[in-house]
Amino acid sequence: MGDLRGFLKFKRQEAPHRKVAERIKDFHEVALLPSIPQSYEQASRCMDCGTPFCHWACPLGNFIPEWNDLVFNRLWKKAFELLDATNPLPEVTGRACPAICEYACVLGINDEPVTIRENELAIIERAFASNWIKPHPPKLRTGKKVAVVGSGPAGLACAARLNQMGHDVTVFERDDQIGGIMRYGIPDFKLEKRILDRRINLWEKEGIKFKTSTNAGVDYPVSKLLSEFDALCLATGCRVPRDLKIPGRQLKGIHFAMDYLIRANRGERKEAQGKKVIVIGGGDTGADCIGVAHRQGAASIIQLEILPQPPTTRTTDQPWPTYPKILKTSSSHEEGGKRLWSVTTKKFLGTEKVEKLVCAKVDAQLREIPGTEFELEADLVILALGFLHPEPKGLLEELGLELDAKGNVKTSKDYQTSYKKVFSAGDMRRGPSLLVWAIYEGQQAAKAIDQYLTSSIPASCASNKKT
Amino acid sequence: MGSAQAKGVAMKKDKRYGLYHPQFERGSCGVGFVANVKGKKSHEIVEKGLEALKRLAHRGAVGADPQTGDGAGILIQIPHEYFEKVCFSEKIKLPQAGSYGTGLIFLPPNPSERQLCKDIFSKCLAEEGLNLLGWRKVPIDDSHIGKTAKETQPAIEQIFIEKRKEINSQIEFERSLYAVRRRIEKEIRSLNLEQKSFFYITNLSSCTISYKGLLTSFQLEKFFLDLNDPSLKSAICLIHARYSTNTFPTWDLAQPFRFLAHNGEINTLRGNINWMKARGIEVIVPGGSDSATLDNVFEFLVLSGRSLAHAMMMLIPEAWENNRLIDKNLRNFYLYHACFMEPWDGPAAIAFTDGKDIGAVLDRNGLRPARYLITKDDLVIMASEVGVLDIPPENIKLSGRLEPGKMLYLDTEKGKIIENDEIKEEVSSRQPWGEWLKENMLELSQLPHTPPHFKEFKEDKLKVLKAFGYTREDLKFILKPMAEKGKEPIGSMGNDTPHAVLSQRPQLLYNYFKQLFAQVTNPAIDHIREELVMSLESYVGPQGDLLEETPEHCRKLRVKEPILTNEELERIRSLRKHNFKSKTISVLFELKNQKFEKEDLIDTLERICKEAEEAIQEGYSFIILSDQEVDETHLALPMLLVTGAVHHHLIRKALRTKAGIIIESAEPRETHHFALLIGYGADLINPYLAYEAIAYLSEEGDLTLDAKTAINHYRKAIHEGILKILSKMGISTLSSYRGAQIFEALGLAEEVIAKCFEGTPSRIQGAGFKEIAKETLLRHQQAFRENRILDSGGIYQWKKDSEFHLWNPASIAALQDAVRKNDYARYKEFAQLINDQSKNPTTLRSLFKFKKTNPIPKEEVEPVENILKRFATGAMSFGSISAQAHETIARAMNLIGGRSNTGEGGEDPSRFKDDRRSAVKQVASGRFGVTTNYLVNADEIQIKIAQGAKPGEGGQLPGHKVSLIIAKTRYTTPGVTLISPPPHHDIYSIEDLAQLIFDLKNVNPKARISVKLVSEIGVGTIAMGVAKGHADMILISGGDGGTGASPLSSIRHAGLPWELGLAETHQTLVLNNLRNRVRLQADGQMRTGRDIAIAALLGAEEWGFCTSALIVLGCVMLRHCHLNNCSVGVATQDEVLARRFAGRPEYLVNYFHFVAEELREIMAQLGIRSVDEMIGRVDLLETNEEILPWKAKNLDYSKIFWKPEGPQFCTTTQDHGIAEVLDHKLIELAQPALEKGELVREELVIKNVNRTTGAMLSGEVVKKYGEEGLPEDTIYFKFKGVAGQSFGAWLAKGITFELEGMANDYVGKGISGGKIIIYPDKQADYPSEKNITIGNTTFYGAISGEAYIRGVAGERFCIRNSGLYAVVEGVGDHGCEYMTGGRVIILGEVGRNFAAGMSGGIAYIYDKTGNFEKKCNLTMVELEKPKKEDENLIWKLLHNHYRYTSSSTAKNILDNFTKEIKHFIKVMPIEYRRVLQEKLILEEKEEFMEVSDG
Repeated sequence: MGDLRGFLKFKRQEAPHRKVAERIKDFHEVALLPSIPQSYEQASRCMDCGTPFCHWACPLGNFIPEWNDLVFNRLWKKAFELLDATNPLPEVTGRACPAICEYACVLGINDEPVTIRENELAIIERAFASNWIKPHPPKLRTGKKVAVVGSGPAGLACAARLNQMGHDVTVFERDDQIGGIMRYGIPDFKLEKRILDRRINLWEKEGIKFKTSTNAGVDYPVSKLLSEFDALCLATGCRVPRDLKIPGRQLKGIHFAMDYLIRANRGERKEAQGKKVIVIGGGDTGADCIGVAHRQGAASIIQLEILPQPPTTRTTDQPWPTYPKILKTSSSHEEGGKRLWSVTTKKFLGTEKVEKLVCAKVDAQLREIPGTEFELEADLVILALGFLHPEPKGLLEELGLELDAKGNVKTSKDYQTSYKKVFSAGDMRRGPSLLVWAIYEGQQAAKAIDQYLTSSIPASCASNKKT
Repeated sequence: MGSAQAKGVAMKKDKRYGLYHPQFERGSCGVGFVANVKGKKSHEIVEKGLEALKRLAHRGAVGADPQTGDGAGILIQIPHEYFEKVCFSEKIKLPQAGSYGTGLIFLPPNPSERQLCKDIFSKCLAEEGLNLLGWRKVPIDDSHIGKTAKETQPAIEQIFIEKRKEINSQIEFERSLYAVRRRIEKEIRSLNLEQKSFFYITNLSSCTISYKGLLTSFQLEKFFLDLNDPSLKSAICLIHARYSTNTFPTWDLAQPFRFLAHNGEINTLRGNINWMKARGIEVIVPGGSDSATLDNVFEFLVLSGRSLAHAMMMLIPEAWENNRLIDKNLRNFYLYHACFMEPWDGPAAIAFTDGKDIGAVLDRNGLRPARYLITKDDLVIMASEVGVLDIPPENIKLSGRLEPGKMLYLDTEKGKIIENDEIKEEVSSRQPWGEWLKENMLELSQLPHTPPHFKEFKEDKLKVLKAFGYTREDLKFILKPMAEKGKEPIGSMGNDTPHAVLSQRPQLLYNYFKQLFAQVTNPAIDHIREELVMSLESYVGPQGDLLEETPEHCRKLRVKEPILTNEELERIRSLRKHNFKSKTISVLFELKNQKFEKEDLIDTLERICKEAEEAIQEGYSFIILSDQEVDETHLALPMLLVTGAVHHHLIRKALRTKAGIIIESAEPRETHHFALLIGYGADLINPYLAYEAIAYLSEEGDLTLDAKTAINHYRKAIHEGILKILSKMGISTLSSYRGAQIFEALGLAEEVIAKCFEGTPSRIQGAGFKEIAKETLLRHQQAFRENRILDSGGIYQWKKDSEFHLWNPASIAALQDAVRKNDYARYKEFAQLINDQSKNPTTLRSLFKFKKTNPIPKEEVEPVENILKRFATGAMSFGSISAQAHETIARAMNLIGGRSNTGEGGEDPSRFKDDRRSAVKQVASGRFGVTTNYLVNADEIQIKIAQGAKPGEGGQLPGHKVSLIIAKTRYTTPGVTLISPPPHHDIYSIEDLAQLIFDLKNVNPKARISVKLVSEIGVGTIAMGVAKGHADMILISGGDGGTGASPLSSIRHAGLPWELGLAETHQTLVLNNLRNRVRLQADGQMRTGRDIAIAALLGAEEWGFCTSALIVLGCVMLRHCHLNNCSVGVATQDEVLARRFAGRPEYLVNYFHFVAEELREIMAQLGIRSVDEMIGRVDLLETNEEILPWKAKNLDYSKIFWKPEGPQFCTTTQDHGIAEVLDHKLIELAQPALEKGELVREELVIKNVNRTTGAMLSGEVVKKYGEEGLPEDTIYFKFKGVAGQSFGAWLAKGITFELEGMANDYVGKGISGGKIIIYPDKQADYPSEKNITIGNTTFYGAISGEAYIRGVAGERFCIRNSGLYAVVEGVGDHGCEYMTGGRVIILGEVGRNFAAGMSGGIAYIYDKTGNFEKKCNLTMVELEKPKKEDENLIWKLLHNHYRYTSSSTAKNILDNFTKEIKHFIKVMPIEYRRVLQEKLILEEKEEFMEVSDG
């Protein structure tokens, strides 16, 4: 441990955001990289606990205290090596992870937690800047072929690990570019797409084949997949959004958040210009939509949430080290707009296009409180109500995979679906969740697939075959 | 003899039951002799011997049956006149004195078996050509001996054997008697007799005879009627009273043996026996005690022609290695003999005789007391105590003591006492040892430099590291701290990971072994402060024949330290001088098809053993076992396995001493690894991969040092660590530690033990060769499969991908959540996480299962409130945890009626009377804050012998952590470092512990006295001794516990689980019918109701909680206790951090209610209504076969589940024997003072049997008047005579003791304000400043007061003095050790190692000879000239000294003060001076050092 007293010497200090006035004029990243001296200070706050709850909370099991210590000791490269061992996409999680780890940080018990996410980002960006990250194609190839369907965090994590293990990996993506929700769901101001390109480029050099604009199961028949590949990993996410089935839903100007974000990420930069925007749904996706709307020049933005306003600090039923439901204010919220809590939307009004929302206040049991009805004007309504399950049509149907009660792909604990050589990971399997969980699942599925593939070949043969 | 008796005896023949094993019996005792210097024989000498024996009776012990002693006996010259008389009436024709041999023979009571034995005597004697003169029935009166003794009582007959004519010398006759005795013993041992165990030859000699048996000191002379006959005469009477921890004391183990009587313990016994075997010398009778074994070898050496003194100096050499003052010849003598005899190491006071000469010797560290008086009429009395005979003071010529490593020697034929120096000079000038050494001995450091051949790895370094199981933690937590600071790494909060055999992950074989440690029966050594007795030297190479004495015997390679650099190894490898040559044997196995099976492992071991054997036969002098060049297809066998196998193979072939074994291995990295390798026979070790790893750290920038410096630091740390492990076991030298196998295996199968670790206990069996092979292969394969980063390790820091911990984020969070919400359901979730370890078996108990019985409704089970009274929290000192945490725990325990514990370090007196008081007041080795007031305010006084995290080790609280408040509660100075010694310096043996229990009971008769022990093999027999020593409660701690800071290797590798220790203790106590008089408590990682239910079933009626209590109060296992950096304010003294403490008493109250409730549920399920009914019901437990992990399939818990019949829990109280102490009279006499504060002046007579005089009186004073006590001299007692041990212990303020005469050990222990004046009897005319007045370890832990001692004190005067002002006229070794305050004036000779660990206080030495500086340990002190204020103080104290004691020395100095003051040297602790100068009170400091304070 570097500085024993670091946490008493330094307060938590987050990396600065660009000024609101400046940042809402563009789509570049809001957050600046932490400065190097600041990284040392912030890393020194880590106590390198004997029982690191951060490491426990992190789905990836990132060796947080270890790399904090290494950063403090200026051993950036070693820190990077450790980070790289558990996380194939630290530059993404370093920017877009909600950082469950920080809520479990021991310092958080009676002080401010360590800026773990930013430390992670500092390490990986330092590694890129120092040119430590070079393509390392595996020395040995097993000769086994795996198709990964879907290039979101789960698919990519899976592909990256399988490739390192020496298997030949092909990633199928129906969109024209790789990245899935990271490319199309997360706005640029949180994650610029060059960051993804940088990584994908590396992986290509390491030997992963990417087939974009190829909708596996549609453009590429299932039978072909099954015959060409020794195993499949399905990771196409959980894209069917929750709808709001109320009167007026058919009016124009009402969009699902993901469609809205995808358009923005594809370059549509004016959709909300001059419009009164209402975002229904108080989650992170909703917040992302707000940020986009700001940048598109929305006239006004209101975010509606049916749940009451969460507390600002932990309550006894959400004790440390759990990930609490407390009021989170994102950079998008900092940029303006209004948040309304305990509000239900009863109907949309308008002739062709949506013009108004009829809303009402609800009580703690989410029952409408009589006499609280009110109206809100709107030109653009975004439904950010979460996701239900993967799209059942196409691949799932073709393969005839068993689904669970919620409509997600059912697997064994080894990520194996009802079809023996087909595996699944990420939101598609576990339902809508966080980015890190998707990465975790991708990696775990890779291990399971490796196990599946290598148990059929003697270890000695596998390791003797050199490329 | 009835059949029941016969059965009992038959049972005792195979003395193994459950976990009890007789190998671990310990003995300790009173020893001594009475002799006439001129060799004048008389019956009076025998009478005096018997009288002395009785006066030592309190040092012996009795078991459950008060009439059965542990053994007593005497050894005298053959009383020819008497035997002539009795033989005449027996019609045995006795030749002249010296022409016949005789001895008492213990025979089977069964007449036919007895006859069979006697026939063998006849046969063997005839074959040896010796004439059997006859048998005589020894007249005995067994009417008064105890039941147990009677059951095993042999028929005792005396044999007379005639000398053959052609035998000319006495020694030849002795040899032939020896030969015939050995022969008879062997023959009878091979017979199939039902009563074979009765047979024993006490002695067979033409010079000496012994009378002994399973008797008390008082019974001996009544039993053997011979002893009362006035014509039974001898000039020598060697005596012994035994105190054994034995479960079954036996007749044959009573002492004296043929040549000696021993008080102490041979710690290195296992190794000594093995080395004798390795030499092919079979003289050791199996089944003997350590003392009996020593006697066997001593006898062998003496009969082979060495003199008594010579033989003794070989076996028990003094600490010559680091002694700069020793004579050169003597040093050479020791060095020469070290080449072929390893020391028999351990505390020892030994008296020995061959019937002509008689002597006594003390171990190198002076760990047993031995006082002697020489009278003007030629009587010498040597004994563990002075005062065993009433000698008129005017008749005393000399009052002395045996000094460490010194010898007292009498030649009764020449009629003179030969001084230590003289007798040693005589022996050491026998041969030109120095020349022999010069010609033959090689020094490693002087061999020609040889460049190390480059250790090139065929594979990438990371893979090799992984192949040997290196983890990131090994680098970060083990190697880095050692390489950086040269010190062993420190950690906190115990161990909660699976035992190696249970772990799902491949483990290094080292992890299956636990270090044993000294507790109670012998002391751990402070290898830092008492460095002068320690040595790491090795003498490697072929050994000479023990029977010869040639120059070539010292043709050896002398190596100062056992961990070799690469370069040093090459020097040895290329050595060719003196026919030295090395053979390197590879321990690799070539993998084919990735297979490595059990057979492959065994075959390879055999291949290696055979190669080693052949190499020796080919004349190789060094065997280098090497695991170099591991690669994907070459796997290394576990080096420890190989070392043990080769060592034992060579012992069996009697070849082991023909070559040195050198280990060249990638495996060892921690001290534990090195200690194991050497403990199982390795001579030297080259850990090349550890060096590589350090170099790697250096290259990578993890270390700021260059590789060479870092490696040197590392070697220093390892050497320190090895010394520490030696010293924990009470062993001083590496050469006697080597092969001593001071380990217990946990989870290894018998086949492995038998082949590689023969003699090592392994009580639950476990992994065999198959599992070891699999584990080795797994590790190897993993290393070559992936290659990205090293594994996490996860031992010292919890990691998701690594070893399981019971305290993990989920369990910690669940527990904290449950207690804060007072939510039992949530607690049950927590309990489930702990109790159900089916996926990750961690503890032994995780594999237990409750049997199905008839459940009862929970309402019928006794209520929670009853159960709560059985709860205790562990000894966590204020100092190790914050005041907030400490007080919160105390409040909670007071709320529920349980007991909290002060821990070592005292308690703020303001807490004594309110809800913050701790019911249990601990007394630890540092004695910090152990005042009379502290003791009288206890409900329970706990003697901490060991603690789970670091048994056998001391601690240190660095000055910067000693805040005002800590200094106040510890009665020391803020800012001055506090050291807790490894041993209690008043407990070097079991009878010493009994004495301390007696002391404490006297101070506070109402408090129960408990003794805290740590689980290890033999703890049951130690507990037996403790129960015999009248403890009220015995606490068995598991080795995994520990909330304080400790060396990481100790946390993991020392101490065993409480399941084993508790079961062993309970079984042993029940077996011996002692269980009903002592309560048992268990602690060490207790967490849930299931844990305590199991503890109850295994025998505990109380349970202690430590870590769980801290977690309840907010601890989240940062494991930073040692850094003072606890962010939750629990284990810190930092005020800023302590304010963050958020624990509340209610949380603990909730927790304990939950635990009790869970226990009740289990009780209901088991159909048990009360806890008492539950205790010892192991029959309700069984092994949960379904969840045994893969390595543990052969685990065998049957020994744990063995249930002896008899009372299973405590129902009565101990008789502490305090009803008759002198203090009752003192209290009566002091009534006017106690009631009205009036002056009391009385005179009394005192004897050595009056022990602990003054403690009870002091307790009364303090109870009435508090710590302030009474005005000076209010109660004034003048005593005349020889005071027993602990005279004036905890003497309170207002009491003055004046003693005209002498005193024994422990004078003024814990003195809290009283005054003690001692001077020799006014009738005595010997010079006081040259004679001993008081014994060893005096004023230990003194708090305050005054002492004036005219005469010399023994070893360790004023040890750990906090504030006493004392004057004395000379001291032995280690004076003022660990002193933290007070003033001491010494007016005469000072022993070695003065002021070691002295961090405070001031000593003034009157150094007329000018040699003081050489004797002072200058590590922590500097020598100065006294200043004016010092002179004033000296004058004042000397003035008092003269006034009180009429000291002529004091008078002389006072009369010439201005001149004499110049001879005074001021001994000033460096830190103390700084603190005084700076008036440094409590400075907030940014600097944080690692500390280890329990």
